[in-house]
Amino acid sequence: MTVLKRAVFACFLLALSFAARAQLTIEITGAGANRIPIAISDFAGEPGIARAVALVVRADLERSGVFKLVEAGTPLAENAAVNFADWKARGADALVVGSVAPAANGRFEVRFRLHDVQKQASLGGLAYVMTAQQGRATGHRIADFVYEKLLGEPGIFSTRIAYVVKSPGRFELQIADADGMNAQTALASREPIISPAWSPDGTRLAYVSFESKKPVVYVHSLATGRRHVAANFKGSNSAPAWAPDGNKLAVVLTKDGASQLYSLNADGSSVVRLASSAGIDTEPYFSPDGQFIYFTSDRGGSPQVYRIAASGGTVQRITFEGSYNVTPRLSPDGKSMAYVSRNGGRFQLTLMDLATRQTQILTDSDKDESPSFAPNGRMIIYASEIGGRGVLAAVSSDGRVKQKLSVQAGDVREPAWGPFLKH
Amino acid sequence: MRKKLLIILGAVFIAGCGTTGEPEQSGAPVEDRGAKKIEGTEVKPVTTADPMGAALAAVKQGVLAKRSVFFDYDSYVIKDEFKSLVEAHAQFLVANPKVKMLIQGNADERGSREYNLALGQKRAEALKKMLMLLGTREDQVEAVSLGEEKPRCSEANEGCWSQNRRDDMLYTGEF
Repeated sequence: MTVLKRAVFACFLLALSFAARAQLTIEITGAGANRIPIAISDFAGEPGIARAVALVVRADLERSGVFKLVEAGTPLAENAAVNFADWKARGADALVVGSVAPAANGRFEVRFRLHDVQKQASLGGLAYVMTAQQGRATGHRIADFVYEKLLGEPGIFSTRIAYVVKSPGRFELQIADADGMNAQTALASREPIISPAWSPDGTRLAYVSFESKKPVVYVHSLATGRRHVAANFKGSNSAPAWAPDGNKLAVVLTKDGASQLYSLNADGSSVVRLASSAGIDTEPYFSPDGQFIYFTSDRGGSPQVYRIAASGGTVQRITFEGSYNVTPRLSPDGKSMAYVSRNGGRFQLTLMDLATRQTQILTDSDKDESPSFAPNGRMIIYASEIGGRGVLAAVSSDGRVKQKLSVQAGDVREPAWGPFLKH
Repeated sequence: MRKKLLIILGAVFIAGCGTTGEPEQSGAPVEDRGAKKIEGTEVKPVTTADPMGAALAAVKQGVLAKRSVFFDYDSYVIKDEFKSLVEAHAQFLVANPKVKMLIQGNADERGSREYNLALGQKRAEALKKMLMLLGTREDQVEAVSLGEEKPRCSEANEGCWSQNRRDDMLYTGEF
């Protein structure tokens, strides 16, 4: 390895350790019942980068809770002959092999192949050209490929999450990779920031900032850092939710009295009232088909979830059990709804099958808030509290896979899982 | 030698690939209204009529210096013990029609942040309504909510929560 290549690799490692201080640490606290045993061999070729890419793939698949890693031994290139009997004996149902080779302009070419050990067949592979700094991103894309081939639904390893970190006198709206790495601050403020919501294309965040001594809704373009006020009317402005078309927002305004639902364009124009009640209507969320807006209302005497057609009309009550059901969030397929219910003084993440109205409490914590579905619907991230400190947690929609996400210095809260990246 | 090169490259990397300079949001700008002393001159207070200034000095004293109204759990009713305080503020606003007030409603931390924001709004609106019944003009008062975001006390017990279920009254120049 030449000095330059060593230096490039050192830069890559430094990127890892540099991010380590600010990153979200993810701890697996529960896993699925039937995990797929998979071996990810070290990739052949450039040793440092090859190893780093394989490490990301392994960490992603293991963290998902649906894979069990099988020890892989020596590096194996994507075109190497595979001894299927040997891998079967080691207990692997699937095997990933690959290589990293130098390419033009200091870049690297990463190739990999996924094998079905049981069927003794290749399930395909891909090649990427990347810079040394893109090792993690490439690892996530390989993990996404493996996940989709073996589970038949897209992986979420290349997605991002937004959340708010509160440290003394400081609030930061941060965006990190789904594995908690590469945290970047989009907005830092001395005043609170709440309710971040991703635009459907993943380029913008709507949120509520209190920087002018009252809640105001902003829309923030992540690539440029530019932002504009979307709603700043007399009173409070809050709870932004994007319509699936990415042009309109539902928000809560108090300009006409109590907290009520309105729709407006993302640039703040064309304000229209959506529903009206004598009490509180808040926390709007569009169904994925754009047909309905689910929301929290105390119109029946206690906070419950209701829905109204996005074009207006009659309001239908959705939750009936208990005296506190709030923050409705629909799954990407529109079939289930995550929300927070109060059960004997405990606030718990709950899932409802919208067709049967069957409900399941997904956690055993007691201060759950702000659920947000991963774009494949498999995991739900939410805010909770452990030992008086704000943490994020994620749970699979069947309640089995559990993760805890925390930062070293501060409370972390208000998670929002971003959409799929367009490759 | 090699180690040195790595360290230098590392430093360059951190400087070069680190987070880009995002705008630092530091809340509302605070204007410096203090008179600046110029060498060889003496600054003297100007005592022409400044009703706004006099009014704003008044709200820092006596009963008007009291700015908080506290609420019971799940309640938006202004309790009797705060009625004389609200009357004093209403009288002041009626007597000083140019002065404006911002009411910030607050909630304790339990439950949803957005729902708590709406609860704080209800408390702020209740106080605004009472001030208006006592003669305050609608355009003098804005009711907003800070929800559970600005707790006065941060322990998880009723003693703390009762301090956090409150309305704060801010006058022109204070918000």
